[in-house]
Amino acid sequence: MNIDAKNIDYKNLNSALREADNNLKIVNCLGQRFIAAGVSDKKIKIEGIPGNALGAYLNGAVIEVMGNAQDAVGDTMNNGEIIIHGNVGDAVGYAMRGGKIFVQGNAGYRAGIHMKAYREKQPVIVIGGKCGSFLGEYQAGGTIIVLGLTDDDKNIVGNFPCTGMHGGKMYLRGSCDNIRFPKGVNVQKATDEDMKEILSYIKYFSQSFDYDVNKILDSDFMLVTPDSKNPYKQMYVAN
Amino acid sequence: MNLEGKVRIPSGCAIAAVISKKGKRMTGESIIDAMKPMHDRSNGLGGGFAAYGIYPEYKEFYAFHFFFNSREVRKSTEQFLKERFEIVKSEIVPTRKIPAITDEPIIWRYFVSPLQSVLKNLQLDEDEFVARTVMKINTEENGAYIFSSGKNMGAFKAVGFPEDVGIFYKLDEYEGYTWTAHGRYPTNTPGWWGGAHPFTLLDYSIVHNGEISSYDANRRFIEMFGYKCTLQTDTEVITYIMDYLLRKQGLTLGETASVIAAPFWSTIENKTDIIDKEKHKYLRTLFPSLLVTGPFSIVFGFNGGLMALNDRLKLRSMVVGEKDDRVYVASEEAAIRVMEPNVDNIWAPTGGEPVIVTLEEGCEL
Repeated sequence: MNIDAKNIDYKNLNSALREADNNLKIVNCLGQRFIAAGVSDKKIKIEGIPGNALGAYLNGAVIEVMGNAQDAVGDTMNNGEIIIHGNVGDAVGYAMRGGKIFVQGNAGYRAGIHMKAYREKQPVIVIGGKCGSFLGEYQAGGTIIVLGLTDDDKNIVGNFPCTGMHGGKMYLRGSCDNIRFPKGVNVQKATDEDMKEILSYIKYFSQSFDYDVNKILDSDFMLVTPDSKNPYKQMYVAN
Repeated sequence: MNLEGKVRIPSGCAIAAVISKKGKRMTGESIIDAMKPMHDRSNGLGGGFAAYGIYPEYKEFYAFHFFFNSREVRKSTEQFLKERFEIVKSEIVPTRKIPAITDEPIIWRYFVSPLQSVLKNLQLDEDEFVARTVMKINTEENGAYIFSSGKNMGAFKAVGFPEDVGIFYKLDEYEGYTWTAHGRYPTNTPGWWGGAHPFTLLDYSIVHNGEISSYDANRRFIEMFGYKCTLQTDTEVITYIMDYLLRKQGLTLGETASVIAAPFWSTIENKTDIIDKEKHKYLRTLFPSLLVTGPFSIVFGFNGGLMALNDRLKLRSMVVGEKDDRVYVASEEAAIRVMEPNVDNIWAPTGGEPVIVTLEEGCEL
């Protein structure tokens, strides 16, 4: 069933969503925040531009956006899946603790900030394009994968990636020669063993956005992990 | 009950802007609509707009927009102005009575030109004289407050949600080639009419989403040069910094961006373009007290263009879009899609990267 979001505010949109069938589509979406917050059992397709904190606290629902999304997609998401056929704004996967986010295009600043993991809760973010600065800031767990599949000559990630990273893994496609990482992380070429861990995610990404998985995998990936012997020291104050 | 200013509420604010590079004028309806999907970024304690190219019939004259607390203050202020300016037109700013906007002061505008004899006597150019007059009136705290003082432009602001403020001021009846807009969510200071954005001086205007951590350092520095921060809010200091760097120091817009959103020293150190590196070192060394820290996204308006800028850490969101001769800026993509659903190109500038848009040459205004 369809929900027409034209001229309705986020509260009414979310009530309509909660009362709707398990398989629904939101059309004419324009900036409504908190869509599907905490929802556990629906499949939601969105046409238009959803507002900030799309899928906040998502608890198992599947959201597919047929265009761009704004800031804080999947904020503190617990379970489920968010697929974005476009770009996302800043802080995608903010404090995410479970579930998966797949972005076809670019992500803004602070993707995966303070992502965390615990036992079976292992969140994953896959970004098809490139990322702004502070990727994986304070990352505490989970997996961030950036593929850099765009034509421009920008670096795959902006300044200060992995600042304060103290857990989890980050995979960046390509050599990353131009990227300056902080002292507190190890950066090495991903081994076959490392790649096995993320193969299913890259396959799912390719299926979702119609890419050739072999072309994506026909490249080195760098694996970034925190160096526990050389932990993070302050960044903001002494500058 | 705790009044605003006693409680601290960290939150949003919304900004939006549109400019036609060909100088084509548009009514305020579209920018008012753009603020609607961002309604929840404001809390009703401030909304405002700046519009450029709206007074073509008086484009040689400074347009002073005033808030007056009483009729007596207006009379005495008018007397003060008459001794210093030729007043070619004096009128009430037309407004609509709507339930959403209450407690309005007397809102008046004058189109004026400084008296040549006064300028000669003081040995000042007219911009400097006007700027000093604005500072003088606004610091006297006698119930008169100039909130707009440029030529062929005007600021319109009030306590209320921006979409209501636009209706209140009848912005659908004005036509400008640039519009900027702001929805306020005051965090540290009271919500009052003078404290709403935009903040202006001459034709410079600022709308700002964020909070300036360096406010006092910036204020102490800029007040050495005759500026007075009187409005109980942090944003006005950016307006004065821009005026100081552009009008008094003669910097370019790009250079002012490199001063107020200077990159980290480590980022400057790693620059490979030597000229660019030296330029950044020079600017950071020369104007260390004008680095603005803390989160901000701003749109700076001026006669002939605008500049959008984020703080160097990009702690606030801002997107830019283009379509034909128009460039759009907003806190959220949804706002741009309201103004132009089929916008061609949408991107998010990086922290400290200015987006400067100026009118094409030969535009008739």
